Amino acid sequence: MIGQTFQWLLDPANWTGQGGILAQSLAHLRYSFLALLAAAAVAVPIGLWVGHTGRLRWLAVNLTGAFRAIPSLGVLFIAVLLLLPRLRGEWAYEAPALIVLVLLAIPPILSGTYAGVQATDPAARDAARGMGMTGAQVLRQVEVPGALPLIMSGLRSAMLQIIGTATIAAIVGLGGLGRFLIDGQASRDYAMMAGGSIAVAALALLVDQVLALVQRAAVSPGLRHASAG
Amino acid sequence: MIRFEDVTKRYADGTVAVDDLSLEVPRGGITVLVGPSGCGKTTSLRMINRMVEPTSGRILLEGEDISQRPAAQLRRHIGYVIQHAGLFPHRTVLANVMTVPRLLGWDRGKARAAAIEAIEKVGLTQDQAKRYPAQLSGGQQQRVGVARALAGDPTVVLMDEPFSAVDPIVRGDLQAEVRRLQQDLGITIVMVTHDIDEALTLGDKIAVMGYGGHLAQFASPAELLAEPADDFVADFVGKDRGYRALSFAAPDVAVRPERTVRVGENVAAGSGWVLVADDEGMPQGWVDVAGWGGPVPAEKVRRFGTVAEAGASARTLLDAALSSPSGRGVVVEDGHLVGTVTADQVLAAMRREGHVATPPGSPEEAP
Repeated sequence: MIGQTFQWLLDPANWTGQGGILAQSLAHLRYSFLALLAAAAVAVPIGLWVGHTGRLRWLAVNLTGAFRAIPSLGVLFIAVLLLLPRLRGEWAYEAPALIVLVLLAIPPILSGTYAGVQATDPAARDAARGMGMTGAQVLRQVEVPGALPLIMSGLRSAMLQIIGTATIAAIVGLGGLGRFLIDGQASRDYAMMAGGSIAVAALALLVDQVLALVQRAAVSPGLRHASAG
Repeated sequence: MIRFEDVTKRYADGTVAVDDLSLEVPRGGITVLVGPSGCGKTTSLRMINRMVEPTSGRILLEGEDISQRPAAQLRRHIGYVIQHAGLFPHRTVLANVMTVPRLLGWDRGKARAAAIEAIEKVGLTQDQAKRYPAQLSGGQQQRVGVARALAGDPTVVLMDEPFSAVDPIVRGDLQAEVRRLQQDLGITIVMVTHDIDEALTLGDKIAVMGYGGHLAQFASPAELLAEPADDFVADFVGKDRGYRALSFAAPDVAVRPERTVRVGENVAAGSGWVLVADDEGMPQGWVDVAGWGGPVPAEKVRRFGTVAEAGASARTLLDAALSSPSGRGVVVEDGHLVGTVTADQVLAAMRREGHVATPPGSPEEAP
């Protein structure tokens, strides 16, 4: 079984071509990044606002918990049922899949962002205001740079979940590495299923490493010192 | 120059933080707001830069009602130092200090130059300017906090418990530094502390605030010690305020000339305590010439305790006398020996000048 999986993974024929691992990885990445961007566009501003003003924190906390409990497959089917008659072509399937992924990604990004902003040293915030920063300047110059490590870890954990869950796009007939799982199951090709799973895990780790590099470049070395000692 | 006119701060729950405060902070010098916790001293301070808005009354800065100026704009012209420095951890020391100049709209080059100047003023190095706050000690961080408050060239600097989070030795250094900066720059410093010793050391004027946010007394340190307005102030100023008052009296004590010997020089037996000096005439210590005579051995020289500069306060003079093994306190001027004083001489001079009352029946009570 393990041998067969490796054989499948090492067979060049499985890598290239339209339905190959490379092409499906690209498709997988495309959904994943689209979903991450959309989720960040929603969650980061809300997180900044909640963290900065301290308002509606209870809502953010409860919403985050509730979102985490949503079953992905259920949402996918409901979204397909609702959207299928209203959208045309590929979008009729892509949109539901993206909605699932975005809903999944919002909680970690939202909680990372507001926790990061909220964790700003009260003395630094007080000093910033006392020196004459406006609310927006405090947010941009003090709270956001300080929150970046937590915002970035929110994004990374969201991305891990997105990449893992993006396999369900295949259920509604779309591409991505999930194809190997669905098709493998249909044709009882367990080597293909296992190989596809390994490819998903490898892709997730690879993307996480890339994001770790982004984090290293974006976060001030002053904050690294703080966490180190 | 900073004028509180009937300023009251009452919170929504009815607590009165500051009760009808009227006060005029003079231009230049250090004015200290002191009192127990919850007396409204920090609230009063934070009303000067509109971090807290008064419920009623008004505050004038250079004759201008501060509520008429946009808060952020007002604050950029007032230095602000807080207890835990509040440095921005993601910015280097230099970038931290550049904050206010940049907020004032100065270009990068000018802001940088101003920041470097401020960093040097507080005694930090160019090398430290490149570091991040987490790489500095607490005392150094607080120096950065002071530099950051000075970089925008403010005429008024507010300090809220600036030194209470650092250890006592560093605190002493920082206090001296703040005093020096105030004199060099001619700025007005308003400082909040709960530490009466710090208030008495640094304050040119001290506002003692009591429970319920009312001003108990506003006076110079010497007045405060000599004539506390009520029991609360007397209590707060402390039990040893008699000793503390000695710091503010500089009696004219006739310093007696003192013979000095050098190490190796011959002394006659039974000379008692003799002051040993080096070749330049600088005092080195005392030697007890009791049951012996001859050349003075170096190992018999004892340190002389504290030394007073000529014209020092009664406290310093007395301390020199009391800490000297011979009972005679060494007085120096510009590194040269002037002579010695005894505790009796200091007290006598103080009685003569009316710093100390003469009890009836005492030998000094002159007919």
